[in-house]
This record gives sequence, structure tokens and C-alpha cells, in this order.
Amino acid sequence: MAQEKVEFPITGKITSVNVKVGDEVKEGDTLCLIESMKMENPILAPVAGTITEINISVGELAETGDLVAIIEY
Amino acid sequence: MFGLYESAFGALTWGNILMLLIGGLLIYLGIAKKMEPILLVPIGFGIIAVNLPLGGLMVFTAEGIPAEVSTFTGAVKAIGSGDLGVMNILYTYGLESEVIPLLIFLGIGTLTDFTPTIARPLSMVFGGTAQLGISIAFLIAFFSGMFTINEAVCVGIIGGSDGPPTVYTTAALAPQLLGPIVLIAYSYMALVPILQPPIIKLLTTKKERAIYMKPQVRKVSRLELTFFPIIIFIVAALLVPKSVPLIGMFMFGNLLRVSGVTERLAHAAGGVFLDVLTFLLGLTVGVLMPAEVFLKPQTLAIVGLAIVAFAFSTAGGIWGAKIVNLFLKEKINPMIGAAGVSAIPMSARVVQKLGQEANPRNFLLMHAMGPNMAGAIATSVHAGIFLGMLLPSISG
Repeated sequence: MAQEKVEFPITGKITSVNVKVGDEVKEGDTLCLIESMKMENPILAPVAGTITEINISVGELAETGDLVAIIEY
Repeated sequence: MFGLYESAFGALTWGNILMLLIGGLLIYLGIAKKMEPILLVPIGFGIIAVNLPLGGLMVFTAEGIPAEVSTFTGAVKAIGSGDLGVMNILYTYGLESEVIPLLIFLGIGTLTDFTPTIARPLSMVFGGTAQLGISIAFLIAFFSGMFTINEAVCVGIIGGSDGPPTVYTTAALAPQLLGPIVLIAYSYMALVPILQPPIIKLLTTKKERAIYMKPQVRKVSRLELTFFPIIIFIVAALLVPKSVPLIGMFMFGNLLRVSGVTERLAHAAGGVFLDVLTFLLGLTVGVLMPAEVFLKPQTLAIVGLAIVAFAFSTAGGIWGAKIVNLFLKEKINPMIGAAGVSAIPMSARVVQKLGQEANPRNFLLMHAMGPNMAGAIATSVHAGIFLGMLLPSISG
């Protein structure tokens, strides 16, 4: 199975985590929200598949390039 | 001697009643719909205040121009005798003098982060082309015959979608239109999330909107951040001298932010100080709209022309980006040009949302912030060019 690594495209604070390991996601589903530039921005699933790794929690600071989740498809 | 008991009912006109409804609507939109509440709530209240007759908060001449007294002492005495209202003082010394819009711009400078603009200097190009609406709306307004050349410039400036330059230019060139122009400009800025998407979709294909841009532009150093406001100010001042008050205040505020040693000043200028000026601006603009001044065909024309201005500014930004794309190996998403309409950060957000819609991998926010910030500079420069052409030069 192919893997898709989703990375944070922006630095900010994680305000909500919407999926957990084992969840099935569709393309365009919201994985988490990150607050940056005084806005809440959704990070979306680029492919449909299953979440095999997600290691972030609400309140954490994320840097550009940090891992959001790995999706197997 | 006592006169008869006075009530305002007899003096209330149908125009006043309509304006009370408009004032109420603005307060409603601010509170319930969160549309630019920081401005629309004070403006709405000001409109209500000035349309309740005989109150004397703001006194107008028979021609509908705010009453003025030539000396400050005279003005203070005139308030006592009822020939002038307290808001006349705020208007004359705050707005007509340009003190309030310029200090607001200083405060906004402390809240503006130019990192995305510096990271991609090309952003300045779209910030510039996204001012197209200013010229188009100006030309239509002027040739419609409904506006003088000075008034037409102020109608056009709405297309820059930037508050302080709009207030500044209108106070200088056409103070009689300050109320409607400022109200309409801020209302449309609040409507950017509704106005822009259909125009962007019309002018781009889904394939263009899906163009992926790598998240990291590049790191910007402290040195670059510090030099940026100083260099922009000097270049703008030499090219367009009449832009000095606007750009100067904006860049000074930004320097306080980035210098690293003036945090307290930046904090003060961008905090309560800015808030106080903002409600003074809102309330003063509100009391500039008694029924006899606002309810004119000109106001309706401004409502229409402002849409034209916003539409062409959005289009100008997109076209600018498309032209630049012809020369680039790694294509940029043309939508980021639309963020050159400097309604910060709304238009960048619109681009971000449409970008993700077309391609979930896309995250255009930071890319769009570059033109967004550059647009604020470009509007001030544009205002300066017009002012230079229309105001007599100081040195003669």
C-alpha cells in the first residue's frame, strides 16, 4: 500500500485534531485545525485512505514541515 | 425665560427615519453577522445620533457641510451656544486634519507582518496590478458626470480596499463625500469573502486554481525585516512625495514592530491607542451622514461603482499573476494575485479556501499574504499619485 505523509504547511498552534489512527478518510476531509496569522486553518487529507499514524495534540505548536499524519491508500 | 417644551418628533423627516433604519441595520450586521463590527457598530450609532433632530451633537450648515469656527477658542464658545456640536470638533481636528486616519495607519503598521512580501518580492507586482479597480472606477465616475474629478478619485480609491488611505484621500479631496465613501468602503471590505470568489472563479480555470505551491517560501532575516520599512518609505517618498504621510506612518509603525527594541511602543500604538482612534473614526464618520447629505443619487452611484472597483482590482491581481506566470518556470497559482486587494486578511483567506477546494494539498495562505500586504503599500502610493496631481504643491 502506498503511503502519503501529510506535513504542516505553516507554523502555528494546533486547535483541534479531528481524526485518529485507524480512521478512514476521504480526499478533502479535515485532519486538524491550526491557528496561524490569527486564523483557524484546516489541514485536509490529500488522498482517501486510512490513518496509520497521527501524533499531534491540541495546544501543541507545529512548525512548517512537521508531520501531521500518515495516510495509507 | 423658558421656551415651550421641545420634542424632536415634529422635526423628524422621512429621510431621518430611513437613516435610523440604516443605522440600525449596520449595528445589526456588526453584531449578528460580525461584519467589520469594530467600525460598523460605531458608524451605525453615529448615523442614528445625527438623524435624531435637534440634538446638536453635530451641526451642519445649510449646504450640508459640517459647521466650522475659525479659532479653537471660538469653537469652544460655539459649542456652549449650540452653534457647533462636540462631534464638529472631532471632525475638524481629527478627520479633516488627517490626524486620526494617519495615526490609525501607524497602529496598523505595528500589526502588519511583511515577511511573506519580503520572502517573495514578486508579490509587489500583484499588489500593484490589484489596484486596477481604482483607475477603472475613477474613470467611470468621472465620465458619468455625476462626480467632480476630486470626488471621482475618492470613489476610485475604494478599489484599493484599504481604510486609512481611503479616509485620508477623501478628507483631502472631497470631504463632503467622507461619510458615504468610508461607509461603503468598509462595508465592501467586510463583503470580500462574498464578492471575490465568483470573480476569481470566472477568471481562472479549476486547473489554474489547483496549481500547487510549495509551503515554505524562504526564511526572512531580522535584518531584511528592519530594512524593509525604511527602504520602502524612502523609495516611495522619492517617487511619490504626496504618499509620505500615509506610507511614512505605516512604515514607522512597522519599524516599531520589527526593530526588536521598541516593543513597548509597538504594543502601545497597535493596542488601546489604535482602538480609541478606531471608534473615534467610526463615530465621526457616522455623524457625517444626516439624511440630507446621505440620501442622494450620488450615494447609490458610489455603491455601484465600488463593486466595479472591487471586481477590477480582483481581476487586475489575477491578470498580473497570469502575465508573470508566462515568464516563470515554476508556475504560481494565479489566485494569489487576487489577494493584492488588500482587505487584510480576508482576501488572502478567500484565496486559501478556493485553493484548498481545488486541490486539498494546496495551502496558499502565506503565498497570498505577500500580495495582500503589498496591496496596502500600493494603495497608499496610488493615493499619493492622485494627491500629487490634484493638490497644489507646497513648494509652489
